[in-house]
Amino acid sequence: MSSPEDDAADTPAEGLPAETAATTGDVTSEMDQPPPASLSDQPTADEEVTGDQVEATVEAAEAEGHADMTAAGVGDEGVDPEPEGPPVAEAVVAAEAGLEPDTAPEQPEPEPADPTSPDSSDELRLGLLEVLKAELGDGVVGAHIIDGDDLWVRFTPEAWREAGQIAKGKLGCTYFCFLSTIDWLPSPWGRSEDSPLDVPRDPATIADATPGYAGGWSRFQVFARVQDPTRGLGFTLKVDVPMSMELPTWIPVYAGADWHEREAWEMYGVRFVGHPNLVHLYLPTEFEGHPGRKDFPLLARQVKPWPGIVDVEPMPDEADDSGEDGAEAPAAEASRA
Amino acid sequence: MTAVTDSQKLAYIAGQAADARVNVEIETEGMTLNMGPQHPATHGTLRIVAKLDGEQVVSCDPVMGYMHRGYEKLVEVRTYPQVTTLVNRIDWLGSFANEVPFILAAEKLMEIEAPPRAQWIRTVLFELSRIANITLFLGDMGVQIGALTPVFYAFRDREFVLNQIEAVTGGRFHPNFDRIGGLRDDLPKGWIADTKAAMDKVRDFCDELETLLSGNEIFTARTRGVGIIPGDVGLSYGLSGANIRASGVDWDLRRDQPVGLAWNEVDWKVWTHPDGDSFARYWVRLQETREAADIVDKLLDGLPAGPVMAKVPRIIKVPAGEAWVSTENPLGEMGYYVVSKGDLGPFRVKIKSPSFNNISIIPWVMRGVYVPDVITILASLYFILGDIDR
Repeated sequence: MSSPEDDAADTPAEGLPAETAATTGDVTSEMDQPPPASLSDQPTADEEVTGDQVEATVEAAEAEGHADMTAAGVGDEGVDPEPEGPPVAEAVVAAEAGLEPDTAPEQPEPEPADPTSPDSSDELRLGLLEVLKAELGDGVVGAHIIDGDDLWVRFTPEAWREAGQIAKGKLGCTYFCFLSTIDWLPSPWGRSEDSPLDVPRDPATIADATPGYAGGWSRFQVFARVQDPTRGLGFTLKVDVPMSMELPTWIPVYAGADWHEREAWEMYGVRFVGHPNLVHLYLPTEFEGHPGRKDFPLLARQVKPWPGIVDVEPMPDEADDSGEDGAEAPAAEASRA
Repeated sequence: MTAVTDSQKLAYIAGQAADARVNVEIETEGMTLNMGPQHPATHGTLRIVAKLDGEQVVSCDPVMGYMHRGYEKLVEVRTYPQVTTLVNRIDWLGSFANEVPFILAAEKLMEIEAPPRAQWIRTVLFELSRIANITLFLGDMGVQIGALTPVFYAFRDREFVLNQIEAVTGGRFHPNFDRIGGLRDDLPKGWIADTKAAMDKVRDFCDELETLLSGNEIFTARTRGVGIIPGDVGLSYGLSGANIRASGVDWDLRRDQPVGLAWNEVDWKVWTHPDGDSFARYWVRLQETREAADIVDKLLDGLPAGPVMAKVPRIIKVPAGEAWVSTENPLGEMGYYVVSKGDLGPFRVKIKSPSFNNISIIPWVMRGVYVPDVITILASLYFILGDIDR
């Protein structure tokens, strides 16, 4: 059984510098590369563990009778941790080196100096944001508004639970919609092994993991959505997950966060401190690894590329036709509207 | 906002007292009752592990994952048009309703809008999915409690609705009909008159069911006051749809959160019930079915003319951004949080399915109830297993 305590033993490796961690890593020829940071998350050539992976990711995926091929592919997956290493390590290094929360600019282009004051004329959502900023002060580190549509606010991990309490108590957002996690690391696997449209990424460029709305500096972000049912007004809360992968639980605020946090833990490895029962929700108890992470291979896709990818290959004579359409269609719609 | 009646409060206090009484008055040996994964009362591979003290439930934990298909991971390796096929299988009784919010989210990011006629037909098909879905609930609710007749009527009359969906989309259960920018096709000839006739049959079915179940003494005795959920507790667990409206919360995304579909173009009523018990959840859904039939009739009367597909590029690339769109699906609030990086496929999609939230209240609501009531509450919360496990 994989309890939170077991998992806790894994995580320091992620924060270690490359030299220190190298001693614990496997002996490969590539000593210049940092070892796989999430090695412990991956199956270690263990037959039963890999069997579980197949269950979770392949069997349910495309049951087209290639289970025999899967079994062949699993062995490779289990013993070959090499593709895991560079992307994670790069992201870790990048996050440690340049992208500290307070020093990094939100966007390359010159934005307003305060990332928590988005340029907006949406009084309603600016009002929500003002309340959050007044209550939390430095706890609010980023915000984004699409006028008349939606609001995103990013908080520091320390302010995460308090943010929930204010959303519920002060802003009337009593309805808990969901809580989940984004892994901003671009997939090192690409869309499929031999797709011409989305080739596997070069590990060197993988540090370009760009955060979404309201910014961010970490690989993982937890995001949640709450809503005020009387006003029909909701917003998305985001928080950067620190290197320790620990966040305070939301259960005291929204009771429904219980299962959502269990799912976020098993799929992404975010540990919610104070959660009374952080055990697997969907996966078998013995399952190791966090399948939601981008560097967790989707075995079905490794074994057999998605045949539907054919649909989007440009036809020989339509290659530039599509480009025209792409430029025209939104403009035509806009003029009509 | 939340109307908690005195009877609710008393029942809640009684429930808490019963909870405290267990294992205090008489030292008894507990028993673990395992229902499922294959159990007639759970319609789907949901497993319920209940710890009992005599006839009372001490704690109750759902165990899921027997049907987890990892859609959030699978979606990441597909293109946008391919995703609708996948999300069809989340709530398989109301498939078309699953496609709509995803398509709307993609359209929101692409800043295109389907033509009015497409929006209206989407709304009509959406409501037909709702009827097809909830009709089965109404029959199922009876059969779980021991009334065998309604479920046969439900299967019979649902067929009229499925026929209409099939006539447009070609699929009874998995239409895969919605496209980014509109719909695959227009309505076939003569469909509107046929659908109105089918809606009459739906109304007849609702009347029939009302006489069979709503006034039935055994049915009311088994459902009234059972599994009471106060509105604020329901909201903090994320209950939505008819489950929360049955707790007195007047909140319906069709009315309160317009997403471009045509619900606000016609007059209709949001039904609520103040009691929050199993009977209220059944009753609200019954009224909603009838209301949905009326909505379909009114929408078909005002159907605008025009194309059903906007001009969209053949290869769909969605600009980078994040969008959240949710709609009022048969089971509750269904939403997609789509993160795009300007690629052919989504970078990350969070699928917020209603049943997952709706049954997450089970450990809370089951405490202190009696064993037969477990079945009643499960039936009244109404879940589709594919909607829990995704």
